[in-house]
Amino acid sequence: MATEALDISGLDAYYGDSHVLHAVSFALKGGRLLGLLGRNGAGKTTCMATIMVMGFLKPRRGSISLYGENVAGLAPDAIARKGICLVPQGRRMFRTLTVRENLMVAAQARKAAGSGWSIDRVFELFPRLAERAAQLAGSLSGGEQQMLAIGRALMGNPRVLLMDEPSEGLAPQLVAEVGRTIAQLKAEGQSIVLVEQNIKLTLDLADDVVIMNTGRVVFRGSANEIKLDDAIVSQHLGVF
Amino acid sequence: MQWQFWIIQTLNSVAFGGLLFLLSSGFSLIFGLMRIPNLAHGAFFMLGAYFGFTLLQLKLQFWLAALAGGLGVGLIGIVMERFVLRRLAGNEQGQVLVTLGISFIIADICLLVWTGDPMPLSAPQALRPPLRFAGFAFPTYRLVVLAIALAAALALYLLMERTRLGAMIRAGVDDTEMARGVGIPVSRLFTTVFLLGATLAGVGGVLGGPILNAYPGLDTDMLPLALIVVILGGAGSLLGAFVGSFIVGFIYNFGIALVPDLAYFVLFLPMVLVLVFLPQGLFGRVQI
Ligand SMILES: Nc1ncnc2c1ncn2[C@@H]1O[C@H](COP(=O)(O)OP(=O)(O)OP(=O)(O)O)[C@@H](O)[C@H]1O
Ligand SMILES: [Mg+2]
Repeated sequence: MATEALDISGLDAYYGDSHVLHAVSFALKGGRLLGLLGRNGAGKTTCMATIMVMGFLKPRRGSISLYGENVAGLAPDAIARKGICLVPQGRRMFRTLTVRENLMVAAQARKAAGSGWSIDRVFELFPRLAERAAQLAGSLSGGEQQMLAIGRALMGNPRVLLMDEPSEGLAPQLVAEVGRTIAQLKAEGQSIVLVEQNIKLTLDLADDVVIMNTGRVVFRGSANEIKLDDAIVSQHLGVF
Repeated sequence: MQWQFWIIQTLNSVAFGGLLFLLSSGFSLIFGLMRIPNLAHGAFFMLGAYFGFTLLQLKLQFWLAALAGGLGVGLIGIVMERFVLRRLAGNEQGQVLVTLGISFIIADICLLVWTGDPMPLSAPQALRPPLRFAGFAFPTYRLVVLAIALAAALALYLLMERTRLGAMIRAGVDDTEMARGVGIPVSRLFTTVFLLGATLAGVGGVLGGPILNAYPGLDTDMLPLALIVVILGGAGSLLGAFVGSFIVGFIYNFGIALVPDLAYFVLFLPMVLVLVFLPQGLFGRVQI
């Protein structure tokens, strides 16, 4: 079997003294979409931040490998240049930069990149950003900022794309639009970890699903398993 | 007579504002990107002035001395960033204290090498006679210093607003962590900005020499002014440093000329007001 695109194994992380991730393990296969679900505070964002070594978080134990190469312990910019690109929760645009500049600064050339993202291609994907190319990112609407956050991550030509709640705070039509975009990226062969609270959106898009609770992985399986068994969702996510 | 006074004071103010811009633009960019006030920045300026003095004594041409003096200080800035500040990454208090310590060290070395006497730098021969126009005499050298500062401002503006490197620096000022997260090599930017800031301060020191002289205490005279400029203009904002430099240039010059006893009062009052009512400065984004 080919190596996993992203393989997280036994990951522990701490905020200061407080132990927030406990031996988190999951694997993403190339070209697939892994949905990461969990209640508020389950540790999903912490997990993304630990992979990227952001927010004073770093892997205390465990390994993170990207196509077989261990990247745990690298600096965040080095990790991004290796090809793990994050759409962060809350978008975190560079507010005083224009839309075009936000995309420009995130561009990474990568040898053997199948995708070859450019500013023009991002503008093709999100025509609304093209119209606002010269506008400051801080003045965009929430939906436009989300598109820009996705576009900015794509500019890094990700080998693995991490998306942390891209549907958060968006009106239903926009959620559907973001969903279509993600489906399109997946169809182009992009490997994606999708963190979501929106269970339906996740199950529509995901091949595999991981559910976290209080910093631990409590379920790992296929999306179909969950679709067939409501008990899994009600047990771990406390809904339905 | 009266007119001549105002014109001369105005020119002195803008020329001094130009020097302040050379000093504080780098100070502000470093502050915005690395989140620390580089308390050695005044010492960089003084060191530039002393380097200029010695290079002129060695009969180097004035503008070459300004360039070489600036680069010499820039080199010291790089060493300081790479070998000292970088090791304290994440420890901002430690970094600030280190910059203060280094400023004392530089001041002591200057005292040792150049003694305690003020060292005069002479302006280039051609610029010494005043420029006569419409019956008034204008100090030529100061006009040239102003022109150089404006050219530097334009160049910095183009660098910051029109290049990818500038956009990356601004991204780092906006959100350092996210900048790293999208693959921007922020620590290399730190070195670049430190080199740039130290070089500008050094050039400012040489150019300021014929106006201010090189003397012990030049560092501690200049540093508070750079601080005020950045607090007024906002850390990390080039426009803020530009506007702030000329505001402070005017207040400082006219304060000394008109109410010498209250010069520091009129200088620091606006800073206090801005800190209280506009903590991000006039154009800034970074909370100080
Ligand atoms: N900066 C911090 N310092 C200390 N504890 C934190 C910090 N940030 C998050 N936590 C704690 O870590 C745990 C996991 O938080 P995290 O943000 O990863 O959850 P999440 O699954 O992303 O939740 P949400 O769906 O609300 O975004 C929570 O208990 C939270 O309170
Ligand atoms: Mg979260």
